[in-house]
Formats: sequence, structure tokens, C-alpha cells
Amino acid sequence: MNTWTLMKRILKQFRRDKRSMALMVAAPIFVLTLMWLVLDGDSKTLNVALVDVPDPFQETLEESELQLTSMSLAKAEEEIDDGSIDAFLQWKEQKPYLILEGSDPNTAGAIRNELQAAAAPNDPTKEMNVSFWHGSEDMELFDYIGPVLIGFFVFFFVFIVGGVSFLRERTQGTLERLLASPIKRSEVVFGYLGGFGLFTILQSILIAVFSIYVLDVYMTGSLMYVLLITFLLALTALSLGTLLSAFAKNEFQMIQFIPLVIVPQVFFSGLFPIEGLAVWLQAIGRVMPLTYGAEALRGIMLRDEGIAEFQLSMYILIGFVVLFTLLNIFALKRHRRL
Amino acid sequence: MSFIVQMNNISHKFGKTIILQDINLSIKKGEIFGLLGPSGSGKTTIVKMMTGILSPGEGEVFLNNELMPSLKQMKRYGFMAQSDALYQELTARENLDFFGSLYKLSKSKRKHRIQEVMDMVDLTKHLDQPVETYSGGMKRRLSLAAALIHEPEIIILDEPTVGIDPVLRQSIWQELYQLKENGVTIIVTTHVMDEAEKCDRLAMLRDGKVIAVDSPEHLKEGIGASTIEEVFLHYGGAAQ
Ligand SMILES: Nc1ncnc2c1ncn2[C@@H]1O[C@H](COP(=O)(O)OP(=O)(O)OP(=O)(O)O)[C@@H](O)[C@H]1O
Ligand SMILES: [Mg+2]
Repeated sequence: MNTWTLMKRILKQFRRDKRSMALMVAAPIFVLTLMWLVLDGDSKTLNVALVDVPDPFQETLEESELQLTSMSLAKAEEEIDDGSIDAFLQWKEQKPYLILEGSDPNTAGAIRNELQAAAAPNDPTKEMNVSFWHGSEDMELFDYIGPVLIGFFVFFFVFIVGGVSFLRERTQGTLERLLASPIKRSEVVFGYLGGFGLFTILQSILIAVFSIYVLDVYMTGSLMYVLLITFLLALTALSLGTLLSAFAKNEFQMIQFIPLVIVPQVFFSGLFPIEGLAVWLQAIGRVMPLTYGAEALRGIMLRDEGIAEFQLSMYILIGFVVLFTLLNIFALKRHRRL
Repeated sequence: MSFIVQMNNISHKFGKTIILQDINLSIKKGEIFGLLGPSGSGKTTIVKMMTGILSPGEGEVFLNNELMPSLKQMKRYGFMAQSDALYQELTARENLDFFGSLYKLSKSKRKHRIQEVMDMVDLTKHLDQPVETYSGGMKRRLSLAAALIHEPEIIILDEPTVGIDPVLRQSIWQELYQLKENGVTIIVTTHVMDEAEKCDRLAMLRDGKVIAVDSPEHLKEGIGASTIEEVFLHYGGAAQ
């Protein structure tokens, strides 16, 4: 009951505090857009050569925005070598093979997206073999970026707003005032998670939908799953933020947690390949919530994974939420033993 | 004789500094009990212990013979902290409504009580104004109103009248007397001498120790002083 009272109050405060509202809604959208403008060279025409591609499929491709030219395999290999085409699509034994030039990750991803979109109805590209003329590392980097960015921005903004609000409750004395009333410590924590949680659902939807439908991030999986994971990630960020705010004396110290807590997570969550790192370094990534969030989001968005495949990451995220929530309740013991 | 608040052998340290030393206080039901002492003598620390938001290093605090902290006893007191604990973005009404809900007051009861307490502190005109636009004294009064919202039987006030003008202070004390008439116990810390004079009993604090507990009259008689100010100076160390 008190949980609900607290939730209502937080929502009311949100309505008053336009700045935080804007921070949680407009800021991620603004930054995501900027990021995408930088990473996504949309205006460039993409030159793709077609080698032995059957006519029906060629027709479906006409509708795409790719610049298509039919040529022989030898010619295509020559052109991809000197960089005058970005990729070629070859038909071998009834199957499509896509060979990407690969030095520019944006182009590679865009071509794959385009082919996927153009071929959507009967979708032979599902089993399309993709390979790279110049190595494959870069392609992975690009593919990773979209889902990781969604996860990262949700995490980052929820962490700040949740952490700072809870901190303010302490510094302005209202936490003490709350605890001098017959409210349970768990009710305080659940009230906070609930109040922000409601808002966070909206925010997750907004960021995910905006990225997928407006910015056109590569996405083959289910939107519901994406929302589920971003929401869990947001709850993790919220419970971690409120927990860490117990160790900050003021807003400035709270902000200092960003390089300590948020930035390392970015390094380990898949923006940069970590397969080659020492085992103990990789282990660091294993204790970071964003690693699991990003992993699940990549699985859903790039490989159309279902619950069966990403459930482990999901349970680990739920585990983080439960752990941080319990620690929050425990941390309030500093203020009232009961 | 049973006491509504009892503190037994309380000692407390913050870090290595000893803040309170062997405090014993018993407060009777229905009295106005004052804590008087120089800044830093431990008044706030003592009242926080009464509310249960601070656990003493040693010793025990009882409210209605129940060991603190106890959620049941927390319903029975109203606490006004030394610094205003209010939600700045919310209006006075929203603040009071929130605190009222924490004590499970029904909606109509809350509505009724909000009018009453805002009347008491003379803020009715500013009911729907966000707290951030309040003056210091107005915030102080709203804090008092928030402490009274659920009609507690014990009221614990930490320097309630700082920043409030004499006229208003007078009227607040009128209200406190009124509450006392209704059987409410009032515990108040103060720096203001004429306020100390209004208490039924006073505890004089110095360096974390209770030096004397008695009615203002007896305290004055005891050292042959004519005002509480002299008593304060005497016990506060200046006269030694
Ligand atoms: N959280 C804390 N950590 C360390 N020391 C503290 C803490 N809170 C209070 N103290 C110390 O305890 C002593 C008593 O503080 P307290 O706030 O109880 O004094 P007070 O009598 O209420 O003073 P004032 O009249 O100025 O409000 C002071 O010396 C103060 O420095
Ligand atoms: Mg004090």
C-alpha cells in the first residue's frame, strides 16, 4: 500500500520536473540520432554486382535502392578488388552467396539490410551465405552496434535519473522523514523501483521503437522481446543507480560513478571485440549487466532468437535486479535498523 | 508511573568522537518536554533516537514501553526534523497528502486534516503553491503541519520555530498548548529562552550529557537565577 503511495508521488514529481522528463525522453533520442548520422552514411550509392543471379530474384531486387550491374565473376572480382563495387551477389548451386567488400562496415551492413528487405517475401537471403573480400571483423562490429547502443542508452539514462533522484531524497532529508513514518524499508525500495519502472517502460518502448523504425537499425527479431530485454536492463540500471547513490554524498559524486560503472560496461558489452583478450579480462565482462543485455539484444535483433535462446541472459538480468534490490533494502539499514 | 518515552543509559559515538554519554530521560504522557543545550550538544541526536531513525550505540529507547525502532510506535509520533524535509516540486497539499497516506489516513480524512493543519500554521492561502516557492519560515511551518497530519499522540519537534516571527511563534505555541490539553505529549528542542520557559520540564544538555532535568522554575531556584538564560549560561559553561 505504501509502495503505491510512493509510486504515485514519484510520478507526480516527474510531471512537475520537466527537465528530468526531457532528459529521459528527448536526450536518448537526440544522442541516438546523432550517433546514427555519424555512423550511417545513408547518401552513398551502394554498387552491387550480380553474378549468375536468376531473373525472378533479380526483379525483386530492382525495387531496392542498390545500384545493380550484372557481370561475370572474373570482372566482379576485379572490380571488388579496386573498390569500384561494394559487393557482389553470386548464385552457386541454387543458393545466393553475398561477398562484401568489407573495409567499410557501414556499407556492408547497409547492403545486407537492403538485400534482406528486397528479398523479404520469399526470403532466400535467410540462408544467404555472407563472406568478406577483406576479412569479417568489421562486419561484426557494425552489427553489434545497433543493439548495444539501444541497451547502453537505456542503461545510462535510467542509471543517472534513478540514482540522482534517490540521492536527492537522502540529501534533502525526506528519506529520513520517510523512515520516521511506519513505512517498511522494502516498501521504500519497491516504491522507487515501481514509480521509475512505470516511466522506464515508456522510455524503453520509445528508444527501441525509435531506433528500429525511425533510424532503421538492423532488426529481424520480435519487438516484444527487444522491449522485454530493454525493460529488464532499465530495471537493472535503476536498482544499481539507487544502490550506488547510497555511497555518494552529492550529485557530483553520483556523476563520478559514470566513468567507474558505465564506461567499462561499454568496453565489455560488445562494441569492441573481446574474444582475443585474456581470460581474466573477459571475466570482468561477465559481471556486467550490460554484457548480458547487449548479448540478448544482439541475438534478438540480428539472429531472430526466441526466448529459448536468450533465456540465460534474461535470467541473469533478472538475477541482477533481484540482487541489487535486496542490497538496496539492506543498504537502508544504515538509516533505520528495522 | 509509566513513561511515554524512556531512554535508558544511552551512549553514542560518531566515529571515535563520543557524542552522548549515559543519557537517561523519562518523559511523562501529556507534558511539554524541552531539550535545551548549546549547539552541538547532542539535541538532534537524542530526538532522532526517540524516533528510531538512529540506533544508539549503547542503551535502549522505549516508546510506550516498546523498544524502538518499532513500526507500530512510528505511527504514534509526529516528527519535525531540524532541516525541512519536503518535496520541493510538489505543492503543500501534495506533500501533506503524501505524508498522510503513509499513515493510512482515508482520503476524506486526509482532506479534512490538511485543512486543519494548514489553518493551524496559517498557510491555507498557499495550499496549492509548490514548496520551492515558499519562504524559509513558510517551509518550517509546513514541516510542522506535516508532523501533525495524522494526529499523533507524541510530537517530536527539532527547533520548530527557527525562522518564524514572534507573532506566528506565539500562535504556534497556542496550538501546542491546545494539543497538550488534548493529552498530546510534546518534545521540543530549542535555543529560544522564552520557549524553554514554556515547557513543563526541561533537560539541560552539555557536551552530550544531561546536566539537569527539572521544571523551569526549579531550575531557576536551584541556582538562584531569575531567568532561564542565566540557567543556560550557568550550565552551558559560560559561567564557569
Ligand atoms: N552524522 C554525523 N557524523 C558525525 N558527527 C555527527 C553526526 N551527526 C552529528 N554529529 C556530531 O554530534 C554532535 C551533536 O550533534 P547534534 O546535531 O545532535 O547537535 P545539536 O545539539 O542538535 O546542535 P544544534 O543546536 O546546532 O542543532 C555534534 O558535535 C556533531 O558534530
Ligand atoms: Mg540540532
